Amino acid sequence: MATSSERSPPPFPESEDQEPDPDPADGDSDEGEDIFTGNSKPAEIKAERHQPPVDVTAKLQRDIPSSDPLGDLDGSGANKKPARDGRQADLFTEPRSDIFSEEAAARPARPGPASGSNANSSSKSNGIHSDEEQDIFAEATVELSLDSPHSERKETPKPVTSTESSVAVQPSAPKTALKTMAELEEEESEDKFELNISITNPEKVGDGMNAYMAYQVSTQTSLPMFRSKSFTVKRRFSDFLGLYEKLSEKHAQNGYIVPPPPEKSILGMTKVKVGKEDPSSAEFVERRRAALERYLQRVVAHPSLLQDPDVREFLERDELPRAVNTQALSGAGFLKMINRATDAVSKMTIKMNESDIWFEEKLQEVESEDQQLRKLHGVVESLVNHRKDLSINTAVFAKSVAMLGSSEDNTALSRALSQLAEVEDRMEQLHQEQASSDFFVFAELLADYIRLLGGVRGCFDQRMKTWQRWQDAQVTLQKKRENEARLLWANKPDKLQQAKEEIAEWENKVTQYEADFERISTTVRKEVLRFEKEKARDFKNQIMKYLESLLHSQQQLIKYWEAFLPEAKAIA
Amino acid sequence: MMQEGLDDGPDFLSEEDRGPRAVNVDLQTDATLQVDISDALSERDKVKFTVHTKSTLPSFKQNEFSVVRQHEEFIWLHDSFVENDDYAGYIIPPAPPRPDFDASREKLQKLGEGEGSMTKEEFTKMKQELEAEYLAIFKKTVAMHEVFLCRVAAHPVLRKDLNFHVFLEYNQDLSVRGKNKKEKLEDFFKNVVKSADGVLVAGVKDVDDFFEHEKTFLLEYHNRVKDASAKSDKMIRSHKSCADDVNRIASTLYTLGTQDSTDLCRFFLKVSELFEKTRKIEARVAADEDLKLADLLKYYLRESQAAKDLLYRRGRALVDYENANKALDKARAKNKDVLQAETSQQLCCQKFEKISESAKQELIDFKTRRVAAFRKNLVELAELELKHAKGNLQLLQSCLGVLKGDT
Repeated sequence: MATSSERSPPPFPESEDQEPDPDPADGDSDEGEDIFTGNSKPAEIKAERHQPPVDVTAKLQRDIPSSDPLGDLDGSGANKKPARDGRQADLFTEPRSDIFSEEAAARPARPGPASGSNANSSSKSNGIHSDEEQDIFAEATVELSLDSPHSERKETPKPVTSTESSVAVQPSAPKTALKTMAELEEEESEDKFELNISITNPEKVGDGMNAYMAYQVSTQTSLPMFRSKSFTVKRRFSDFLGLYEKLSEKHAQNGYIVPPPPEKSILGMTKVKVGKEDPSSAEFVERRRAALERYLQRVVAHPSLLQDPDVREFLERDELPRAVNTQALSGAGFLKMINRATDAVSKMTIKMNESDIWFEEKLQEVESEDQQLRKLHGVVESLVNHRKDLSINTAVFAKSVAMLGSSEDNTALSRALSQLAEVEDRMEQLHQEQASSDFFVFAELLADYIRLLGGVRGCFDQRMKTWQRWQDAQVTLQKKRENEARLLWANKPDKLQQAKEEIAEWENKVTQYEADFERISTTVRKEVLRFEKEKARDFKNQIMKYLESLLHSQQQLIKYWEAFLPEAKAIA
Repeated sequence: MMQEGLDDGPDFLSEEDRGPRAVNVDLQTDATLQVDISDALSERDKVKFTVHTKSTLPSFKQNEFSVVRQHEEFIWLHDSFVENDDYAGYIIPPAPPRPDFDASREKLQKLGEGEGSMTKEEFTKMKQELEAEYLAIFKKTVAMHEVFLCRVAAHPVLRKDLNFHVFLEYNQDLSVRGKNKKEKLEDFFKNVVKSADGVLVAGVKDVDDFFEHEKTFLLEYHNRVKDASAKSDKMIRSHKSCADDVNRIASTLYTLGTQDSTDLCRFFLKVSELFEKTRKIEARVAADEDLKLADLLKYYLRESQAAKDLLYRRGRALVDYENANKALDKARAKNKDVLQAETSQQLCCQKFEKISESAKQELIDFKTRRVAAFRKNLVELAELELKHAKGNLQLLQSCLGVLKGDT
């Protein structure tokens, strides 16, 4: 896969840290990062823009779609990506590797301690590239910065330093190379591309307890990686769960935040299956449809996940094999439950020696935010219920007033009372709509983010596990060395050879695991920043939408009461 | 000035909504007799009203004076009207309901208990809410007692009642204890008998079209007002719950907003502030609906009951009259006790006619008052709803403007 690169990248020391994960998206300029994903890139962008793009030049060139692989480093780069998913060969690997390779190249270049001085921005050159490159890049970045979709670009690969992007503005140095990767990702092509997904037409298929809802998933895109510009497939809920399982298996262990799907609901689905045509089952279906739509939109908004062939297959392929291990009570389901339980236990016992305080602080923030969001969600749900009650009570009251009006013998008053009844009827409608908005716009937003925060915590956990694995390997290595020493002492040459081999093996493992850890740390950091940006955007948009619905309600209210007032005044 | 045993509330008496007054129309501000409740004090389990009278009537010793009365004394006065046969032909102004702070007190207590589980801001906020609620209930009860007195004072006959004058003037405790258990039980039985009787009496077809129509009308009207009153209460309670929820949303958003100083946090803070304000308006909407709509319906529930009572008494008198007629005929036929029967019949006749005469006027007045009260309240309700909706709209518009400008 690595194609030959035209340049010869500077030699780089260890490849270890490189590897940014096999994110297909990273290097893939063609695919361009999603415009709409835009925010997926960490907020780092905010920082400055001109991060010395180490490979900027290279990158810039590469931005042009189908840039050729730079990579001579590929090979090395490629090697270094342990996690790389085999599937991602072909299209994605190439460019990817290139980017990475460049990055790798860049990295080594970093001059000494990349430290904090670089912190924000401005010209940091990585030593390898001249400032000009930076400038070029800087320009590019500046443009990008205004443009959310291109946000990725903003991050210039900074081979050297750290900072920059961290929105967190942590002057900590050690981030160095790690950042580069982020930047690389950022640097997606500037092509604007579109990918719109919508889920429509929920239809009940089949009868009785074996029935299920089929949803139409329509995609419109200008991305070249898809077979056509617009296409539609039918999917059922378990397909979505299946997609999540696949993505999670592949990417969660690398520290990616894989968006979680909406929850299963046995009760909800049973009602639908049984064929109860009542408003609550209609609401359930609508809720699920909207949630599935948001889920897919989030998946494709993630630059790395978008590149995953499973996603493409999900969107494009006509018939998907049934995802059986998502059945609630299946054997696989139980197994999963057990695995999760053991995971939870092991999580509790790992106490990590955190070298980078950023992670600890972030995790705390996430936990506290989770708590507040849950609380808020509870209150909003309460509001939804009370508003529904208000709507019902208003309707009942309206009827009562109408009755009162009809028994009132003063004609003008009677008429006014029946007008009042009408006003109250309209208010009932208004309250109903408002409750719906409360729910679909506000409450569901909160529910989504509570689930997503779970995903964020998950990636922190993965990082911890990776650390643990590295530590364990070091312990094992130590033991092997002791063993070797013992053998030397006991003078058993035959076993010695084996011992030496084992030591070599474990030394490699330690190295690799350490690299993994560094890599996952970078990924997690990047993911979290991207997530935060997306979250900020989502919340702002949704809450403003919600406020607008409130505003609309008030406008309607005014209309109704203004119509009523003259009637009231006409009573004589 | 009113003290309520809690923080000093604002001088509500000076506020514009002397709601209850609105319910009772026609308070002829008649210089000869003006009554109001100038002050009230809420103690642990009772409320003390300061009843203030201004009068040019010669029967009073002074032109202006005040006394302190409690709820039981109002009830005593009301009951004395009801039991007075002379007033059988009038709609007796309904007695004010007992001041009921139980619910509010319970909530305050729960709040105190739950203090540990919420943040200081939340606690203070909720405490303020409850205090405001307490104040509102207090205002209402004062207003209802006042309306009762004003109705009596406005009534051409009742205002001359001796008990009423004693009530107004006697500056010592009237020593009317509340009914004890035995008396309450007696009352209960009396009511049962009365309802049964009422049904019987109602069944008697009236010769007079006017009264027949009124009977049918009042029966239906009373039931529907009862229904509307209950349903309006429920609706308004839901409304208050929604406002409470928005309050909690505002608090939680505030907490989220203060955790950091990112853009998003600033956004949360602004939205939190907005919700704080809109929620106050929503709470006012619910309170105004309560005052203008729910209270109106409740009052006319009681008044229509009083009107029904009047019709009942007339019906009773009619039945008595007819029975006396029958007795007279029998006596004449047997030629026994004729004089007695004649006297009895004449008494019944007089009683019946007296009641009928005043009843007609009372019922007509009742209608006039009712229409006027509804008109006033519905107009005020609509105006207030509009005022609040416009207020809310403006808040939302300006906040959205700011938020959009920010992003």
